[in-house]
Amino acid sequence: MTQVSMTVNGKQASGDVEGRTLLVQFLRDAQGLTGSHVGCDTSQCGACVVHVDGQAVKACTMLALEAEGAQVSTIEGQANADGSLNVIQQAFQDHHGLQCGFCTPGMVMSAAALLKDNPKPTEADVRDYLEGNICRCTGYHNIVKAILAASGQDVSAIAAE
Amino acid sequence: MYNFDFVRPTTVDEAVKALGDEEAQALGGGQTLIPTLKQRLASPSKLVSLTGIADMQGVSKSGDSVVIGGGTTHRVVAEEAAGAYPGLAALAGRIGDPAVRNRGTIGGSLANNDPSACYPAAALGSGATIVTNTREIAADDYFQGMFTTALEEGEIITEVRFPIPKKSHYAKIAQPASRFPLVAVFVAQYSDGVRVAVTGASNNGVFRWSEAEAALSDNFATDALDGLTLPSDDMIGDLHGTAQYRAHLVGVMTKRAVAAAS
Repeated sequence: MTQVSMTVNGKQASGDVEGRTLLVQFLRDAQGLTGSHVGCDTSQCGACVVHVDGQAVKACTMLALEAEGAQVSTIEGQANADGSLNVIQQAFQDHHGLQCGFCTPGMVMSAAALLKDNPKPTEADVRDYLEGNICRCTGYHNIVKAILAASGQDVSAIAAE
Repeated sequence: MYNFDFVRPTTVDEAVKALGDEEAQALGGGQTLIPTLKQRLASPSKLVSLTGIADMQGVSKSGDSVVIGGGTTHRVVAEEAAGAYPGLAALAGRIGDPAVRNRGTIGGSLANNDPSACYPAAALGSGATIVTNTREIAADDYFQGMFTTALEEGEIITEVRFPIPKKSHYAKIAQPASRFPLVAVFVAQYSDGVRVAVTGASNNGVFRWSEAEAALSDNFATDALDGLTLPSDDMIGDLHGTAQYRAHLVGVMTKRAVAAAS
């Protein structure tokens, strides 16, 4: 076992891990942050997306020891300081951007990464960016709409199909 | 996944030393290797992460070439090579998905030489030089068949030098489930001729289509390719497409790459 230390959602997080311990296992099992989901475990589905040093990564395809010293953000750190939903989370609620909710943590984290780099994406930009996030409920339409709304763009003309 | 030791050296020399241990394996961004370990298709005793080596990071221009550190992620290549070599940057920006591009590295992709990977097409199609801790290898000598390269045990790709072409483009048909190329073609026009490299199609991995190169070197236009076909004998045939279909797609993708080259 090796000691690993990182900052998770602004707080210091340390623990003993094996070489093979995945970042998502460290977050879920050692830190109790079960918001990051393991959907496929093959880096296809994106339910485990977190940010490492500001960049979206699939936490099921990164070793915990690779995140030594890193700044990690998960879905648990996304709400506003007063506990209210942040603008992306609120937009997902307002626009019904989820049904079962399993993919939602990864969707929100990918959306946050997109909007950080591209504050006013087009619909095509959003759909392109979500290539690695799979949702089996919504057909994506309301997810895309929610992300466009979270960027401050008017989505009233987009039909709720 | 079987367990292993993990080290993350900060210099090439330390990494080479760590890789001297029996059953040690280099780890780039892990976007292929970690899934491979999960399937227990590999069981190294030790992983040597190359992501902590500052000398292997980044994109720079040197004369008529773009030089990319072996540990540079696809995202950084997509952003930082866009000015000097837009065809290469566009290829990097279409690998996998955004989260994969934030981790995966050029050195990892080239060392693995997946027969359906994108970067081998760019390296072979550009006549790139693969620089390791011990030597320089021409792309024409480097790729030696599916998952096989000229790299020796423990040898590390420290940088890759891409000569900048006059025009280039990478045309890809993504396999809908894996998003790897079903077939993709990188075309690059240099002052001394055109190079055409094909990935995803052949049982022997990435290859140059020499007949198309000759035709395009005479006349860089899609109609120069009219009537040219590839035999399907060595093509990959699987549930995603027959060998004949892939052979046909090579022609189609080459034409698309020529039409879009800039």
